Formats: sequence, structure tokens, C-alpha cells
Amino acid sequence: MSASLGAVASGMPIGRRHPKSRNERSWALWCSYIALGFFAFIYLVPPFYEVMTSLKTSAEIGAEKGTPWIVHHPTLANFWYLITYHNFQIYYLNTVIVTLLTVAVSMVISVLAAFSLSRMGFWGSKTLATGVFLTYLVPASLLFIPLFQIIGAIGLINSYWCLVLIYPTLAVPFCTWIMIGYFGSIPKELDEAALIDGAGYLQMLWRIFIPVAMPGIIAATIFAFTVSWGNFIYPLAYLYTSNQMVLTVGIVSDLIRGDVFEWGKIMAANVLASAPPIIIYAFLMDYYIAGLTAGATKG
Amino acid sequence: MAEVSCRKVVKIYDGGVQAVKGIDLDIKDHEFVVLVGPSGCGKSTTLRMIAGLEEISDGEIWIGGDIVNDVPPRDRDIAMVFQNYALYPHMSVFDNMAFGLKLRKFPRDEIKRRVDEAARILDIAPLLDRKPKALSGGQRQRVAMGRAIVRNPKVFLFDEPLSNLDAKLRVQMRTEIKKVHQTVRTTTIYVTHDQVEAMTLADRVVVMNQGIIEQIGSPQELYHNPQTRFVAGFIGSPAMNFLPCRIEAADGGISVRLTPRIALAVPPARADRYGPYKDREMLLGIRPEHVFDRHPSEPPRPGWAPMDALVDVVEPMGMETMVHFFIDGTPVCARCEPSTPAEPEKMLPLWADMTQMHLIEPSSGRVV
Repeated sequence: MSASLGAVASGMPIGRRHPKSRNERSWALWCSYIALGFFAFIYLVPPFYEVMTSLKTSAEIGAEKGTPWIVHHPTLANFWYLITYHNFQIYYLNTVIVTLLTVAVSMVISVLAAFSLSRMGFWGSKTLATGVFLTYLVPASLLFIPLFQIIGAIGLINSYWCLVLIYPTLAVPFCTWIMIGYFGSIPKELDEAALIDGAGYLQMLWRIFIPVAMPGIIAATIFAFTVSWGNFIYPLAYLYTSNQMVLTVGIVSDLIRGDVFEWGKIMAANVLASAPPIIIYAFLMDYYIAGLTAGATKG
Repeated sequence: MAEVSCRKVVKIYDGGVQAVKGIDLDIKDHEFVVLVGPSGCGKSTTLRMIAGLEEISDGEIWIGGDIVNDVPPRDRDIAMVFQNYALYPHMSVFDNMAFGLKLRKFPRDEIKRRVDEAARILDIAPLLDRKPKALSGGQRQRVAMGRAIVRNPKVFLFDEPLSNLDAKLRVQMRTEIKKVHQTVRTTTIYVTHDQVEAMTLADRVVVMNQGIIEQIGSPQELYHNPQTRFVAGFIGSPAMNFLPCRIEAADGGISVRLTPRIALAVPPARADRYGPYKDREMLLGIRPEHVFDRHPSEPPRPGWAPMDALVDVVEPMGMETMVHFFIDGTPVCARCEPSTPAEPEKMLPLWADMTQMHLIEPSSGRVV
């Protein structure tokens, strides 16, 4: 309003930007594009190199002549080898099982926890909510030694079921925190209206909160998926036979034999292993951002 | 349909703040009662305690002859309309209205019949398939009312339902709410801070202030016979003028002395009532419509007292003109004819209709 009045007072038509502010905006945009371009370049170089290498033969990879950034004789042999390689199939299947179970367990626990902590307002709920987040701040690399004893005691060393047990402990605190923020942004009157309409707490959660908080739930689901799909240290510490391994450790233990690095196959395996997260992120990115920023921007 | 009663109801929040201080209130079957008061007076807390959304610290709440202190909201057979509508954003209008009935396992035919009937009453039948985000504010509020109507509850509770609407729509929806109540006749408790809403909608108005009930009465009763200074000042727009004064004996009667130069004669009919306050500092309460300029052709009536005013501000409103001036530093508003000759910085002869005056004891705030 005052800007418009100012524009009128200075004889400038309303709706047209002052040249100075137009220059500032154009500078800001240029700086943004340069910074974004720089970081996009930094982050995209490794995957680009990965894809290029995965399409090369071992001979081309080992060749000293020519630029390594371009494929001269593209081949899908590395991919075909992996797709038909039994161990790789096992790693993939194990990873999918562990991830699906981790996501399911984490989401059930974190949605229930977040709902009760954010909406039911019982004694100590705020302290408990902070406590849940504090557990996330403990580095996972500090926990794997004491957890090794626990997992050993219950006989799950060298079984991917130990990951199904451990991963939710890593995912639940952050997922709960995301969901607390999201549930907290839903107006209080919505649960009061549901209570008066005759809903119990579980009905309220199932029929009102979960549909309304779907962006937050998807954001938390993506996080749980990422924790499970990409974790390296726990499977490395707890799994040592091929039939129990997941992709992250299976690739390095199977495709690096002694001092022989099968770079083409390693890179192809990485491409295949990265495909599900990339596809999921690409489709659900909008929900992910909405979910992460909900608590920051709404009432 | 049901009566609602509050008996010595108290609400103390965790921090020790006493929001409601032992109120007693009896609401009759079919009655439309409005709780009105400024922010923080305890009106919304009272409504929420009746709804079961707030626990009661002490006292009893009765709905339909039963104590409901420990009854959860869903079993109180009430319906509530919220200020921000509280519609379920992922459901269609039909599903929003049907939600409560579905939870109560009503047959599908009955749900459809009730929703269609409510939609007809509220004129939202064409909107039944839409989501709340595709509705205007007024339509959303109608849907919220529809959600309440379909349940056919014992009591409707409205928590400032029109506060989020613009001024024009608010007036329109006010009429709609009154029409709905005339149709369904369900006992209704309505909370607002807008005294115009309270006056236009209510069978009885409950004026609350600082956790207590100042006065309960019909709109006319509150307007003409306020019992406290708070009610006198809260009800009516523009607000009542309050002028420090002294009651004095004059010419066989009594008068209200405002300044050494201005003394207004009290009508003989009121002399007995105000006699005991002779020679005491009091407050004169007089509404703007009872301070006015007289058309030269109109003779002064009994009970009218003259006073001259140095005009400060003139506000032409179309059908009337508000004239603001000061008496001994106290601001006064007069409601004059549109043709008033009032001009700022000029003297204007005005009249006060002392048959409509109120005398207030400053220490207790009671109207005597």
C-alpha cells in the first residue's frame, strides 16, 4: 500500500517497478543462478561419471587414451551381468524387504507417537516430544557397537532381520518429529469437531488426520525409506554372508575382489541401486517439501 | 431439544487463571441465548465447557435433565459450529455433513435424506460434491451449520461463527442463522463479542465480564434497563456516554450537575429514586440517541434538558449525524438529525432526554 502511494507521489505508474529495485532483483537472480549452477554441477558430476562408466567395457575403462567422460563404445553388458547375477538379485530382494518393513514399522510407530504427542496433550507430552527428537541427535555410528551386543544376544547377527529391528530406531525419532510438526499445524478445531461428531481418537486419526497430513506422512516415509535403503555401516557390521546382504554392502563385497575393482559393474550396480530412490523422489518431491516446511509456515 | 443449566460453574486453568468464576445460567428449551462480552470474559470457555471440550473445575452442567460433567462431547448430543468452520478439508460437502451420522451408523438412506434436507434449508444443495477449498467463506459457514443441523442434536453451540466473514456477509449470515433457528427450533447457545449480533439474534442475552455474568435479559431489557455500568457501556452502538456528575437539590426537585454552568433537571418521576444520592459524586449515563438537537418547530417535551456544546467532530452517517463534543474534558456523542447545523468549533444547542437517563454509583458500578 505504502509502496503504491509512494509510486503515485513520485509520479510513477502503479504496478511498474522502480529501476533500482529491478536492477537489484536481476542481480539477485544472476547470483542465484550462478550459485545453483555451481552446486548442481558439483552434485551431478559423480552420477554422470557413474552412468558413463557403467556403460563402458572393462577395456575402455582401463584404456589410458581418450577422455574418461565420454563413452566411445556403449554397452549394457554390465547391467545384463548384474540383472542375471543371482547374488545381486538376492541383495536387491533383501534390500526391498528390509526397506518395506522398516518403512511400515517406522510409519506406524511415528504416526501414532506423533498424533498422541501433538494432539492428546497428556502430562509430560511436550518433554517426551523433545526427548524423542534428542534421541535422533545421537550419531548412528556411536550406537552400532552396543547394538552389536544386543543383536548378538538375541541371535540376529548375520540376519537381515536385525536391520528391520535397528533401522526403525534410526527413522522413528525424525519421522515422529516431522509428523509432530505437521499434526501441530492442523487447526485444533478439526479434532474438536470430530470429537463432537462422535469420533474416538483412533477414528479421528484414521479418518481425519492421516488424510489431511498426507504430505507430512509422505515426507516421513521418504526419510524412512532413505535411512533404510542407503545405510552402510549397520549391514557392514552385522551381515557377512551373501544370502543376507543388502545392496550397499553386497555391491562392495562382491564386486571388489581383492585388489580387483570391477568398476563397470560397480557403477552399473550403483545406478540400479539408485533408481528406486530417484524415482520416488522425483514423483513425491512436492509432498516432501510441503511436509518438511509445514510446521514452519502454518499457524 | 433440551434445557441447559450451569450451576456454580468454575474454570481454573493450569496456571491458576480463573476464566469462569462460578456462573449460574438456565437456558430454556428452544431458546436462543447469546453469550456476549469482551475478549477474555469467559464466554468461549463457558461454551466449551458445555460442549465438553474443556473440563469443569467446579460446579455442574446439565443438558436435558442430566449432569454431563463427565460425559464426553460425543455423548452429549450437541453440535458445534466453530469460528474457522473446522470443515474436514479432504471430504466433500456431503461427506462433511454426513460424517457424524456415519460414525453413529445411520442407514445410508437416512443420511442422504437428512443431508439433502439440511442442504435445502441452507441453500447449499448444488455444492454437495465440492471440497471446502472450492467454497467461499459464507458457503463454508453454511456447510458448518449443515453439519450441525443433520445431527438433529439437543443443543446447537456457535462459537463466534461469523467473525471470519466480511461485514456484508456477516449481516446476511446473521439473518440466515436466525431463520434456521426459527425453522428447527433447537436450543441454541451462541458466543460473540459483537453486541449487534447478540441483540439481533438472541431471545436472551447473557453479558459476561471477567468470568462473571453481569446481566441476563432480553435485548430490549439490557438496552433500556442495564444493571451495571459495564452492561450500559457494552450494549448499544455508539456506546452510552458516561459523565461525572453531582446530584443536587434544585427548585423543589433534583438536578444532575455536570459543570458549574451545566445542570440538567431530573424528571419528577425519578426524583424519589435518586433522592438518596443527593450531594454525592455519581456518573450520568445517557445514550447518544438521547442527546440531540431539536428542530426549531418542535417544542421541548417534559423531561428534556437543554445544554450547549462546543462541537468537536461531525460525522454524517446518512440517516443521522453523530456530533462529538466535550463536557469538562469528558467526550460525549450526540445523535442528531441529518439536517443538523452542527459545525466543528461552533456552539450547538442540544437537548438531553432525562427520562432516559441512568445514574451509576461509581464505586460499585451499579445502576441505581
